[in-house]
Amino acid sequence: MTGERPPEQPATEATPANAPAPAETPRPTRRVMAMLGGAARGLLVPVLAVLSAFVIGAFVIVLSDLTFFERLGQDPGAALGTALGGVGTAYGALLRGALGDPTAYVDAIASGDVEQVKAAFVPISETILAATPLIFTGLAVALGFQCGLFNIGAEGQLFVGATAATFVGFAVTGMPWFVHLPLAIIAGFIGGAAWGFIPGILKARTGAHEVIVTIMLNYTAYNLVGFILKFPGYQREGRSDPISKVTEASAWYPPLIEGLRANWGFVLALLAAFAVSWFLFRSTKGFELRAVGFNAPAARYAGMSIAASTVLAMMLSGGLAGLAGTSVVLGITHSMTSGISPGFGFDGIAIALMARSRPRGIIFAALLFGALRAGSTPMESATGIPGDLVVVLQALVIMFVAAPALVRGIYRIRVPETTGTEVFSKGWGS
Amino acid sequence: MTAIAASLGPIVDRAAVRRQRIFGIFYLVLAALAAFVLTSGLDGDAISKFVLKPAGSKTGLDIPNLVVPSVLTMYLVAGLCAALGAIQLVRGFGTRWAVVLGIVVAAFVFAFLTWAAAGKSMSLIGILQLTVLKALPITFGALSGLLCERAGVVNIAIEGMLLTGAFTGAIVGSAAGNPIVGLVGAGLVGGLLAALLAVLAIRYRMDQIIAGTVINIFAAGITGFVATRILQHNRELNEPERFAQIPIPVLSDIPILGPMFFSANIFLYALFVLIGLIHYGLFYTRWGLRVRAVGEHPRAADTVGINVLATRYRNVILGGIVAGVGGAYFTLGSTGSFVQDMTAGRGFIGLAAMIFGAWTPIGAFLASLVFGFADALQARLSILNIALPSEFLLMGPYLVTIVVVAGLVGRVRAPAADGRPYDKE
Repeated sequence: MTGERPPEQPATEATPANAPAPAETPRPTRRVMAMLGGAARGLLVPVLAVLSAFVIGAFVIVLSDLTFFERLGQDPGAALGTALGGVGTAYGALLRGALGDPTAYVDAIASGDVEQVKAAFVPISETILAATPLIFTGLAVALGFQCGLFNIGAEGQLFVGATAATFVGFAVTGMPWFVHLPLAIIAGFIGGAAWGFIPGILKARTGAHEVIVTIMLNYTAYNLVGFILKFPGYQREGRSDPISKVTEASAWYPPLIEGLRANWGFVLALLAAFAVSWFLFRSTKGFELRAVGFNAPAARYAGMSIAASTVLAMMLSGGLAGLAGTSVVLGITHSMTSGISPGFGFDGIAIALMARSRPRGIIFAALLFGALRAGSTPMESATGIPGDLVVVLQALVIMFVAAPALVRGIYRIRVPETTGTEVFSKGWGS
Repeated sequence: MTAIAASLGPIVDRAAVRRQRIFGIFYLVLAALAAFVLTSGLDGDAISKFVLKPAGSKTGLDIPNLVVPSVLTMYLVAGLCAALGAIQLVRGFGTRWAVVLGIVVAAFVFAFLTWAAAGKSMSLIGILQLTVLKALPITFGALSGLLCERAGVVNIAIEGMLLTGAFTGAIVGSAAGNPIVGLVGAGLVGGLLAALLAVLAIRYRMDQIIAGTVINIFAAGITGFVATRILQHNRELNEPERFAQIPIPVLSDIPILGPMFFSANIFLYALFVLIGLIHYGLFYTRWGLRVRAVGEHPRAADTVGINVLATRYRNVILGGIVAGVGGAYFTLGSTGSFVQDMTAGRGFIGLAAMIFGAWTPIGAFLASLVFGFADALQARLSILNIALPSEFLLMGPYLVTIVVVAGLVGRVRAPAADGRPYDKE
């Protein structure tokens, strides 16, 4: 915003009479204010989106309570009061489940008991744990967006990556962790990248639309993984259900703090975010990739290869989704099943949109969604409000973020037009 | 794309040559599979028995079972495939390639069924009946997508609309005690979701794929939420009366086709009417011409006075109603109660069927039958304990769609303005 300010004019110089009077000199405080204003305006849409989603979520909670309508007929005031109270309790439980209970923190620190302090930090640890795969899938979708590709297939790539990482996790034995863990992580990356290569090469060679190909590959991956999970040698001995062998402990992400579930996968996710940021905005390949996404004909005219950028972007995107798979099978479950992902790949779309495909923004968006996920289980057990509420909230958040005009219309404010999303649906066949 | 367009001539030729070669090799591979893989481990005089009369059928007609010698059938199929493959490789079939492809695939599928039924008896009519039932919601989804995309709006929210339709059908049908009310409710809610899609995509110019994804996630969340919150405690709200089977008097007595198409409940008949209506409407009426104009070249349509945005709104909402009604089949026509995520990706297969069927209603129905057959075969083979990983059968439809979209086998073409928001200026 500060860059748009007209250059200062020396006061002594004669100015034409019709020229606007020079604005008062931009003092440092104003500059800071302007910068803050710019940052705030960037945050305005996401914040309002989350707020609006929670308000609509409150309506969903109240309206889905059948007894509410009975009570509304008898005593409207009291019924509204209890309804609001119920919403407050539910959101309170969600928050406590995501961030922890303030009194528990105070008590734990006052007691000085290490175990108690750890117990108080469990909710934060769970939020970090839930955010880890989301950072990866958010980065995966965002990298595609930057190249003008819509990767709906992060879910399938995650499955294939996780299957590959699990294989290395149990098939390789007797290695120290600093060899085994990286090997398994690389296997996960390669698995995801291989699955991402297919829509990339098809798009580059034949023009097949990546959205439809990745949707189809998602279902292909579910079935393929379902088959592998029952394959002798991969399936756990003595089990008839589709579940893999348990991976060696040397392939697990070590916990950040002994006793809590949050692990070094989170640190890897943060590193990945910075690596993607560097790649996209500081490297030549990344520049080409963004150029292709921004204006493909111009990029080709400048001598860049659209095909190479497309394939590279889909492979990197798939690889990042594969890393999300490793963060589940090497960080949480320690074995592969068909139920390792409650839709991390689709949450990645929401996160990438919310962060406008900026890697650093993705970390915060993923932490927010991770907090929602982590808080949903305690909320369900404390208040009986189903955890699916979080899925509804997520859908609403994407809706508001992806249509800034909607936010503008509701709140009657000026928000920037750009959201970092282009029109992806340029026809299926071509 | 301009470079590709400029060199279109040679590419078409090369594609045809490549297709000829791919097909020829594909037919030979199928022949080899039939001759060597399927026959291995089979007794020379094993026979396969196919039951063609549905169990419990009350018709007076006696339909004999189809009994074939297993190994001989496979060799015959292998011979046919090999001969066609050789001709294909040497001189090709020109424009009749699609017919030949159909014949070869059908023959191979028959050989496969013969293998699965070797030494046993298999209810072929059961598989065919199940095929139609599995194809039914897929076709509804495909028709929904077709109505939207012909007007230039991509609808990948079919899955969410089917799911919400199933859900609403169960709740409203149970609450009203009448499945017809449930059906109407499902259609309305489908239309409502579609209206949301239309407003987001047309008014707020949101990317249509993102808008569709939002609706899919929302539908999964809200149905799961309400199912857990309300239906778990109020089971009476999830026990709708189902639509009864209505065999059509004379037609249902036709062998094979009768049990397949003419002794179902009203969903199938409604589907036939809908396919006919949409086909006639799209290709033979003023309305259809206008819709197609809006989907292909909205500016031209606007110039001659067609209201582009109104046409798009109308079609998207119509598509939503179709998807909602189709979704109600899951609860009011099939199982009778709502289960979380019960549509299990059928909406996406519908999308695939629409593409596979080249954006035409009849093509979409035929494509849905192919997908339904894979589904039905998988379900029946797992009952028969056939040593074949069912996952590969289930993968089939998706892989076929990828092959079709990639244009490896003759390309299909989407409406030209599909997915593009329209601006007057």
